[in-house]
Amino acid sequence: MVPGRSRWRAVLLWLLLAAGPAAHVSLSAQEQPPKRPAQDEFVPLSELPPQEQLPAAPLLIAAYSVAWIVVGGYLFSIWRRMGRVEQELAEVSRRLQQRRS
Amino acid sequence: MAMPRWFVPLTVVVAAMFAYAPISIANAPIESTMLLVQKIFYFHVPSWFVMFSGAFLCAGASVRYLTKGSREADHYAITGAELAVVFGLIGLITGPLWGRKAWGVWWQWDVKLTLALVVWLSFVAYLLLRRFGGPGSEKLAAAVGIFGAVNIPFVYYSVNWWRTIHPKTSVVPTLGPGMRGTFWFCTLAFMLLMVLIVAVRVRLERHRALVTDLYLELED
Repeated sequence: MVPGRSRWRAVLLWLLLAAGPAAHVSLSAQEQPPKRPAQDEFVPLSELPPQEQLPAAPLLIAAYSVAWIVVGGYLFSIWRRMGRVEQELAEVSRRLQQRRS
Repeated sequence: MAMPRWFVPLTVVVAAMFAYAPISIANAPIESTMLLVQKIFYFHVPSWFVMFSGAFLCAGASVRYLTKGSREADHYAITGAELAVVFGLIGLITGPLWGRKAWGVWWQWDVKLTLALVVWLSFVAYLLLRRFGGPGSEKLAAAVGIFGAVNIPFVYYSVNWWRTIHPKTSVVPTLGPGMRGTFWFCTLAFMLLMVLIVAVRVRLERHRALVTDLYLELED
């Protein structure tokens, strides 16, 4: 076998292997519709298909739940703190009374 | 140190108002652009009104505390700061829930939103200073409270001064008749709730001060 011929065969094989995927990519690119410019891709929220629209009800329920939970939790914390302080106040007053008498 | 005579009747009124608020909100017309999610507005905006009122209460009382050394003023200052943090938290959570639907994102580093977060954090800092700052931290906290309240006009008017994605201040004065009544009803309910909370919270601070005084008397 002549070394020159073998080199040519290798180059030819490489070209065939490389051309196959390149041709496939080129063909599939031709099949795809042309891309629209970025500025034309904006779709108003109201025109989105129903499956892509975010349902409002869970967000609304979550918002009102958060408001009630936060206010309720805060009122409960004030009530607990008040109870503790009043207990402490009664205890100190009793000790003071004992000391005075 | 009994509660004021108006406390119980006002509590009944406020409870009735909050019981009726969901009915009023449900009956309010649905806004044409944002549809159902717009109804978050009826609790979101009043909670910010209470937040701002609490912040101004804290700042005003802090000025009095710093200038006159009034302990009673300090009770009002800590009450105002707590209100600012609690109702600011409601505003900061309900806002993104609305924004997710209206803007498509939970949060934007927009002027209005960022400033609101900074003001809220100022009052969180106030409460942290009061809780962990040790003796003498009241004065430093008072300064933080004043600083926080000074930023509030910037939060409120930022939508008119700069280009932001948040709705402008003109929304409330231009509300439709069905929405206007519900909005002001909810705002009144929130403001009256604030009055009740201030009464109870200040009473709690007075009791704490009394306990401290009695302990000192016991030690003497």
